[in-house]
Amino acid sequence: MRPGLADPVLDSQRIFRGVLDAMSHPGRIVALAVEDAAPGPLHPATEAVCLALVDFETPLWLDPTGRTADVTAHLRFHCGCPIVDEPVHARFAVVADSMRMPELDQFDPGTDEYPDRSATVIVQARALSAGTGRRLTGPGIESEARLDALGLSERFWESLRANHARFPRGVDVLLTAGSRLAALPRTTRVEA
Amino acid sequence: MPATDAARARWISALAQADPAAVEAAWAGLASRPAYRLLRAPETGLVMVRGRAGGTGAPFNLGEMTVTRCSVELGDGRVGHAYVAGRDPRHAEAAAVLDAMLQDPAGRAALETAVVEPLVAARAARQRAARDQADATRVEFFTMVRGEE
Repeated sequence: MRPGLADPVLDSQRIFRGVLDAMSHPGRIVALAVEDAAPGPLHPATEAVCLALVDFETPLWLDPTGRTADVTAHLRFHCGCPIVDEPVHARFAVVADSMRMPELDQFDPGTDEYPDRSATVIVQARALSAGTGRRLTGPGIESEARLDALGLSERFWESLRANHARFPRGVDVLLTAGSRLAALPRTTRVEA
Repeated sequence: MPATDAARARWISALAQADPAAVEAAWAGLASRPAYRLLRAPETGLVMVRGRAGGTGAPFNLGEMTVTRCSVELGDGRVGHAYVAGRDPRHAEAAAVLDAMLQDPAGRAALETAVVEPLVAARAARQRAARDQADATRVEFFTMVRGEE
């Protein structure tokens, strides 16, 4: 067992602010001020987002790589969240091994009446860099943004384009690497 | 031998229902206090207390009560938890550490004698005093039976 956030109220507010900043500026890399130790295969940013956003009302799905005894004990204790076996039942999903991630259409895209009741998928990359790589356009981006993520397959990017095409339904993706994160909400168009 | 659930439930209940000052005094009076770290710092919240009419009827919400909880880990990896009534963070922290210490079979017997038993006795005395006080004002109702016809 390990401790959760040092200051549960202020730390989770800070992390929420970071996620909000990333979500409202797709492609922008936000550095979270978090400790560098996270359980098992989780990156500190992944753990921080879970501790801040996941609770007893949000079922969590962990990919086989991320679903270690250490991680499930840690998140169950500090978040109190149910851990589900099927991606479609999850409100939040953590993909620790991005090379073996399921297609994004495996996750709950919400309904046309309630597109907000969809999953948020946290995908761990090896590294994130802004200013180079894929061209992003859409709400929150003035002209264009560029984001490069190491360790993501071509299939992931195709899956992301299909996800965008389902708007207003679809999932929102958070990419994490170390203590940094970037967001690719469903509204963002990704070009090669 | 690891503690049985019933044995652990007994000391957790004694620690949780004790007078905060008594738990803190017991903690301060220990010969050696282990090093520990906080897994979850003491935090106060509300829990819904549910009851059943007559003990067997349909469950209903009786009301919310203030509870302070805390979880700690000792150096040897033992984890202790406490959910105590009221809003005293030191009570919750001391109860959590004592729960962790009591799980160690080596020191359990001594700790039970020194800490748990006095708390159990104090709780029994408190309950007896409350019952005696209530008993003193008991009113016996009786009904005059009116003969039929």
